[in-house]
Amino acid sequence: MYQIDDLTKTYRQGKRVVRALRGVSLTIGDGELVAVQGPTGGGKSTLLQMLGGLDRPTSGTVKLDGTDLAGMSDAQLTAARAETIGFVFQNFNLIPTLTALENVETALVPARLARQSRTARALAALDSVGLGDRGDHLPGELSGGQQQRVAIARALVKNPKVLLADEPTGNLDEETRDEIVDLIEGLWKEQGLTIVLVTHDSVVARRTPRRLRIAKGAMKELSAA
Amino acid sequence: MFFTYLRRELRNRRKQTIVVAIGLSVAIALVIVVSSVSTGVKNAQSEVLESVYGVGTDITVTQPAGGPGEGAAPARRFDFGEEDGEASEDGTRSLAQDRLSTAMGSTSFDAAALETVSGLDHVSGVAATLDLQNMSFSGEMPDMEALQEGDGPATLQMGPDGAGEGSAGGSSFEIEQFTVTGVDPDAAAVGPLTTAEVADGRTLAADDENVAVLDATYAEQQGLAVGDTITAGGKDLEIVGTVASSTGDGVATASDAYLPLATAQTLADLADQVTDVYVQVDSAENVDAVAAAVEDELPDASVSTQSDLAEGVTGSLSTASNLIGTLGTWLSAIVLAAAFGLAILFTVSGVNRRTRELGTLKAIGWSKGRVVGQVAGESVVQGLIGGAAGLALGALAVWAVNLSGITLSGASGGFTMGGGTGPMSAGAVQGGDTAPEGAGGSAFGERADTLAGAAGNAVDVVLQAPVSLWIVLAAVGLAVLGGLLAGVVGGQRAARLRPAEALRSLA
Repeated sequence: MYQIDDLTKTYRQGKRVVRALRGVSLTIGDGELVAVQGPTGGGKSTLLQMLGGLDRPTSGTVKLDGTDLAGMSDAQLTAARAETIGFVFQNFNLIPTLTALENVETALVPARLARQSRTARALAALDSVGLGDRGDHLPGELSGGQQQRVAIARALVKNPKVLLADEPTGNLDEETRDEIVDLIEGLWKEQGLTIVLVTHDSVVARRTPRRLRIAKGAMKELSAA
Repeated sequence: MFFTYLRRELRNRRKQTIVVAIGLSVAIALVIVVSSVSTGVKNAQSEVLESVYGVGTDITVTQPAGGPGEGAAPARRFDFGEEDGEASEDGTRSLAQDRLSTAMGSTSFDAAALETVSGLDHVSGVAATLDLQNMSFSGEMPDMEALQEGDGPATLQMGPDGAGEGSAGGSSFEIEQFTVTGVDPDAAAVGPLTTAEVADGRTLAADDENVAVLDATYAEQQGLAVGDTITAGGKDLEIVGTVASSTGDGVATASDAYLPLATAQTLADLADQVTDVYVQVDSAENVDAVAAAVEDELPDASVSTQSDLAEGVTGSLSTASNLIGTLGTWLSAIVLAAAFGLAILFTVSGVNRRTRELGTLKAIGWSKGRVVGQVAGESVVQGLIGGAAGLALGALAVWAVNLSGITLSGASGGFTMGGGTGPMSAGAVQGGDTAPEGAGGSAFGERADTLAGAAGNAVDVVLQAPVSLWIVLAAVGLAVLGGLLAGVVGGQRAARLRPAEALRSLA
């Protein structure tokens, strides 16, 4: 799915030059579930941004299904994010003024579906994360775990090839954390998604078949499937 | 989704929506009020001008008072010889005298100017008038012959304000005064009579001689009607008609009496003399050029264009015009800028607060245009709400202004009164309404009133502020512009947002 070669990313933070990624090379196969661990500021999130086409590398290539994301135009990247890549964030990042169902529907907006089929697909996605009956609730009326389920439904409703999750359990208690990890694991098994899970939680990471560690911008393989 | 999201956002940020809408609506309402009142004042101003100078007059030519030339203002005095009048047995002598001379501040000049002006390029119409004032003295004086042996003539001199002594030791007399304008019946397209319409009888005809047409208001005051006679310059003239102003009910026309120009010239002993030349120019853009040409041809003349005349409108109308012109415009500009600033500030701060939300939308595949459109859409709708509220508020305010019936008093006296007597015209305007009671209730009160009305050309106009479709469109346009401006600024900020912000910004 992903072929990453000699990926570097440097950016300026005031006068300081931060080298977030220093020549990372990595291959992630189709349908793999990979956990990326590492200390804060080690480059985890930067790697995820490169994988999701949210930012451009300083040098190196990130090939998604054989196409280099770095060579794509903004519009092409937007289209890739709309069709191929699903995101799950640490803070859920739901739109607070929209209901759970409407939040899931936002991911289908770029696809320009008819309203009915959009709503039907969003409902099915909510169902698949066990929240079919909470569609008309606002995020503020849902628990953290429920909000993250809505966010996962939003990421999956467009049937992406890849799911990128940035600390998806970072803001959840242990019990809820396990529920979410169960859910992600289940989806992986059922749908054959490629999933990259950034986490600093070893408990979460140990449940994945492949673990990577990134620190000071350098990648290390911890275990391979 | 666009409208659902938009509606939810506006409803969720109700306070911000209300503040921005109120800001915009106050600004819009102010713009509506200022522009419609300003239109109303302009209309009132041209109404005043038209009632004095007539419709279609682009330039007026007069002779400054005291200037070189033959027409210096004559002394306003009545001279009686000791044999004048009729002596009665009780030792008094009845005297009556009638004097027709140029109106105060007016100076006559050679009618040849008319030919000169009509010969100029772009002049489409010319008319000359002779502004006169008729003063008549009638009363009883002590019989000088019987009382004393002195030979010198008894002289009573009137001040220019008409305030002579009411009695002079056993004497009793009345001084009546009215304004007379000699007009050329042939030149009906320009001049003071263009805004007058016949109320009774007929207007002046080309071959008229020794007849008069009266202002309907004046005729009513004096109890005169068609068929009666009026004495001017010692001659009885038949009243053939009365005229009323077409600019409004109860608005006096420029003069109390209108005479054929030749008759007026003869009676005033001013052969071939005129006081005002009214000029019509073929198109508005040539007015200044023609005015300059007239100045070249007639170096002694005072040449005024419509805009000069508008500046010469004095009284509360001029105050209102200045107030609207400067304060009103600045106030609306400032409030409008403040409202726009407020809308932009709120939108930008909204975008800043929603960094993660908008970044997330970008991360899940929303295009830049869609995100910008969403933000701009919210601002434009806020602008529309403000515009609608402002429209209602403005209409209400204009309605209140119209309902309150503000009366503006304007006089264009600065021109007809001429140089030296400028302050007089202002005084006359002020006095116009109050003089009948204020001047002692004597016969002179009435004279003062007549004098004020005639000399100051004061016209009361009820302010009617019109709300035109253009004002409405402009106001709504401004509101949408305010929203768009805020939307563009906020949208640009949103466009610059990197989708990676969705990951970075932690709550």
